[in-house]
Amino acid sequence: MEYIIIIISAVFVNNIVLSQFLGICPFLGVSKKVSTALGMTGAVAFVMALATIVTFIVQHKILNPLGLGYLQTISFILIIASLVQLVEIILKKVSPSLYQALGVFLPLITTNCAILGVAILTIQKDFNLLEGVTFAVANAVGFGVALVIFAGLREQLELMDIPKGLKGTPIALVTAGILAMAFMGFSGIV
Amino acid sequence: MSKFKIVTKGFLQENPVFVLLLGMCPTLGVTSSAINGLGMGLATTFVLMLSNIAISLIARFIPDKVRIPSFIVVIATFVTVLQMVMQAYLPALFKSLGLFIPLIVVNCIVLGRAEAFASKNGPVDSMLDGIGMGLGFSFALTLLGGIRELLGSGKLFGFPCFNEDRGSLVFILAPGAFLVLGYLIAIINKIKNDPALFSRLLLVVKTLLRINRI
Repeated sequence: MEYIIIIISAVFVNNIVLSQFLGICPFLGVSKKVSTALGMTGAVAFVMALATIVTFIVQHKILNPLGLGYLQTISFILIIASLVQLVEIILKKVSPSLYQALGVFLPLITTNCAILGVAILTIQKDFNLLEGVTFAVANAVGFGVALVIFAGLREQLELMDIPKGLKGTPIALVTAGILAMAFMGFSGIV
Repeated sequence: MSKFKIVTKGFLQENPVFVLLLGMCPTLGVTSSAINGLGMGLATTFVLMLSNIAISLIARFIPDKVRIPSFIVVIATFVTVLQMVMQAYLPALFKSLGLFIPLIVVNCIVLGRAEAFASKNGPVDSMLDGIGMGLGFSFALTLLGGIRELLGSGKLFGFPCFNEDRGSLVFILAPGAFLVLGYLIAIINKIKNDPALFSRLLLVVKTLLRINRI
C-alpha cells in the first residue's frame, strides 16, 4: 500500500515537473516532438533509478558512518556525472541500438536538476532502498507523462496562429501553466 | 569591453532569465514571494561570483579533458559553503528555499558563465561578470516573485498593498509561475521588437520621474 501511495503521489499529485519545478530545462528544450520526448524519458528513467541506488548506498554506507554529511552535494553530483559517462560507454559497447535511441540525451542529463533533486529527496524523506527506487522510477514516469503530454500539445501549437510576441517560449510557458492547473485537479487524492 | 559594461550587460541585454532562458528551475520554483526570489538570487550571485574568481585563477592549469568535472567540483564546493553559512545565519530563508539551494550546483547559469567567461578572462573581470549576471538573475527573480505575490496575496515583500484581503491563490501555486513568466517574456519581446513603443515607455518613465521631483 505504501508503495502505491508513493507511486501515485510522485506521478500525479506532486508531479516532478509541474508542481516541483525540477527538470524544466529538458521539459522546455526537448518537448517539440513526441518521439524525442519518449527518448529523453527513457534516458532519464534509467539514470535516475541507477543514480538513486548508488547515492543511497554512498550516503548510508560511507557518508553517514564517517560523519561526512556535509559532503553530500559534492559527492552526489560527482557520482551522477561519472555514472552518466559510465552508462554512455557501456551502452555503446553492449547495446548499440539502445545507444542510438538514448545517446543524444545522455550528456544533457548531468545538468538535469531532476536527477540530483530526486537523489537528495530520497535521503531527506528517509526512504529505505526499495522505497527510494520506487520513488525514483515513479518520478521518472511522472516526468515522462508531463513531457509527452506537453510535446503533443506543442505539436498542435505549431499549426496555430499565435500572436507574434507570444511565439516560442512564452506560449510554451503559458501552455505549461494551464497543464499545471489541470494537474492540480489530482491534489487531494493521496 | 569596459568594466562597467561587463557588470551591466547581465541586467538587460543578456539577462539570464528573460533573454538567455537559463536557470529555469529555481526561477519557477522559489518565486512564490519577492523575498524568496531575492534570497535565491543573492545566494546564486554569491556562488557565481566566487566560482568565477576561482575558475579564472585555476583554468589555465586544468587539462582540457577534465575541464567540466573540475568546474563542477569547484562550484559544488562553494555551494556547500553557502549551505553551511545559510543554515547558520539565515535558517528561515534556508528552510523556505529548501531543495533549491543544493540544486544551485546544476544551475546552467553558473556552469555556463564558468565555461563561457571565467575560463577565458582574468579574475577581476570574472568577478564583475559574476556580480553582473547574478544581480540580473536576482532582478528577474525578484520581479517575478513580486508580481506573483502581489497578484496572489495582495502583498509586496510581506506588506499588504490593499485594504482588504485580495488576490487569487493560483498565482502563488505552481500554475501561476508558468503563466506569469510566460506573459512577462511576451511583454519583454514585444517591447524589444518595437522601438517606437520602447521610446514611448521611456518617455512615460522620464515624465513620471520629473513629476516626482517637482
